[in-house]
Amino acid sequence: MALDNATVLARLQAALPDAILGSSEFRGDLSVYVRPERIVDVARFLRDDPELRYNFLENLCGVDYLGREPRFEVVYHLLSFTNRHRICLKVGVSEHDPSVPSLTELWPGANYHERETFDMFGIKFIGHPCLDRILMPEDWEGHPLRKDVPLGAEEVAFTFNQDRIYAHKPFAKE
Amino acid sequence: MTVADTRARNLSIPAPSQIIRPALEGAKETMVLNMGPHHPSTHGVLRLVVELEGETVVDVAPDIGYLHTGIEKTMESKTYQKALVLTDRTDYLAPLSNNLSYVLAVEKLLGCEVPERATVARVLLVELQRIASHLVWLGTHALDLAAMSVFLYSFREREQILDIFELVSGARMMTSYFRVGGLAYDLPAEFDAAVEAFLQIMPGRIDEYEALLTDNPLWIERTQGIGVIDSEAAIALGLTGPSLRATGVAWDLRKTMPYCGYETYSFAIPTATHGDIYDRYLVRIAEMRESVSICRQALQRLRDLGPGPYITPDRKIAPPPKSEITHSMEALIHHFKLWTEGFKPPRGDALAAVESPRGELATYIVSDGSAKPYRVHFRAPSFVNLQSLPHMARGHLVADLVALIASLDPVLGEVDR
Repeated sequence: MALDNATVLARLQAALPDAILGSSEFRGDLSVYVRPERIVDVARFLRDDPELRYNFLENLCGVDYLGREPRFEVVYHLLSFTNRHRICLKVGVSEHDPSVPSLTELWPGANYHERETFDMFGIKFIGHPCLDRILMPEDWEGHPLRKDVPLGAEEVAFTFNQDRIYAHKPFAKE
Repeated sequence: MTVADTRARNLSIPAPSQIIRPALEGAKETMVLNMGPHHPSTHGVLRLVVELEGETVVDVAPDIGYLHTGIEKTMESKTYQKALVLTDRTDYLAPLSNNLSYVLAVEKLLGCEVPERATVARVLLVELQRIASHLVWLGTHALDLAAMSVFLYSFREREQILDIFELVSGARMMTSYFRVGGLAYDLPAEFDAAVEAFLQIMPGRIDEYEALLTDNPLWIERTQGIGVIDSEAAIALGLTGPSLRATGVAWDLRKTMPYCGYETYSFAIPTATHGDIYDRYLVRIAEMRESVSICRQALQRLRDLGPGPYITPDRKIAPPPKSEITHSMEALIHHFKLWTEGFKPPRGDALAAVESPRGELATYIVSDGSAKPYRVHFRAPSFVNLQSLPHMARGHLVADLVALIASLDPVLGEVDR
């Protein structure tokens, strides 16, 4: 049985009308814009609804739309094994308070995705068990995938400049 | 096994600091052992912080990022065609699968049609890639458990596949052979014979590997009942690929959400029931046999199709052939525009998922309407699958940890990107 996007959207809107901000369709894929504080409710509904059953958190990542408000977007892709259908949830995150509730309670596997998104964009996931950096060194300053971090900003230490660089980067030498 | 019992349903994925900090403060009786990043059995630069009680693993925290090269960031500064070469460098044991996931995402953004011959060649090549990748897994996995000879055999066949890749693309590993809209060049004349020769010998060679391992009591002792994960836990932790199928879930994107016309090939999804290391081994071996069968079907299709276009005729996406450039002013302009500026997909975002040898590999691309991707994100199966390691390892011995890493088959280039 294949679900179509309109059915999914109608069912979601009927159940949680106040949590949905809008929706769009591009190349046959459904995207739903969700109120940040309601993302856990929406995800739980999609997972536990007996008809939809989006049981698998496929992907979670951040996007930085610099110059737009809200600046960041967290993108979730959920997959339903029974219906073989994919839905994309998008949550806007403002620059002055970059935080969204964590999905680790629903899917423990959201752990690494959220740590990566925190590491790369500085978006905090409230309720995450241990939101450490995951890919960058723990003493790194900033969040590299943000659009205001230029490519190649990291200085490479050579013998002629290593003293100056190591002075403000103690971890690199260890 | 008190430790195993209390932690059987524990799906937590600790960060290294959660183990190191209490240990430094002296709050725990257990011992903390650092394994890697320069450990031969970690298959790259994976570091594990292992909490031990005697020889039993109480908890384990993977520490990753040693191979982080900022591929997603670098792609934002390249045009769509030029960013393609970076996809080879994520999962360097399956570059063609990465190429495929990326070009499918860009083609989805563009709404671009791909010629039949290119699609069939893609299927054939990614299935050869799956065999090659599984052969590296098999060889190194057996090597980790001290079965040296399997490694030598499996690399012999892998070399033959890499020769085919060299034949079509000029490179053994960093192929970059798929292009948006089709293939980089047409398949060479020698391709058919080379693939045919490989498909002739491969089934017998898989029998040879199985003769060495499947009923080998030492192999069974090290793998059966170790690192068991059930389907519920696997789905909660995001596990995909052969490791998920070894728990009994017949989820394979080639069958369940087909792309590249996989629904028109006849093949089975091998599954197993116990979800231990041995079952993951059986699933991958069976997958190699299925891949051989798909390759054979695809090769026959290529013969039936005969020569034809291998890349889209849309000159706004793919450059014209050299012969046209020397005669036509318009072709020259198209060529110039494509290599100086590139093509511009419409605004929007697209996710394309393929079944890579390691699991579900998805590429998410956001386009802002310019010639460079605004954001590229890889849902890397190695990265996500690594989350299952703590759950699988708790209550087992340190020596089993080595087997567990190998059975998950992570590629650290893809984990860290």
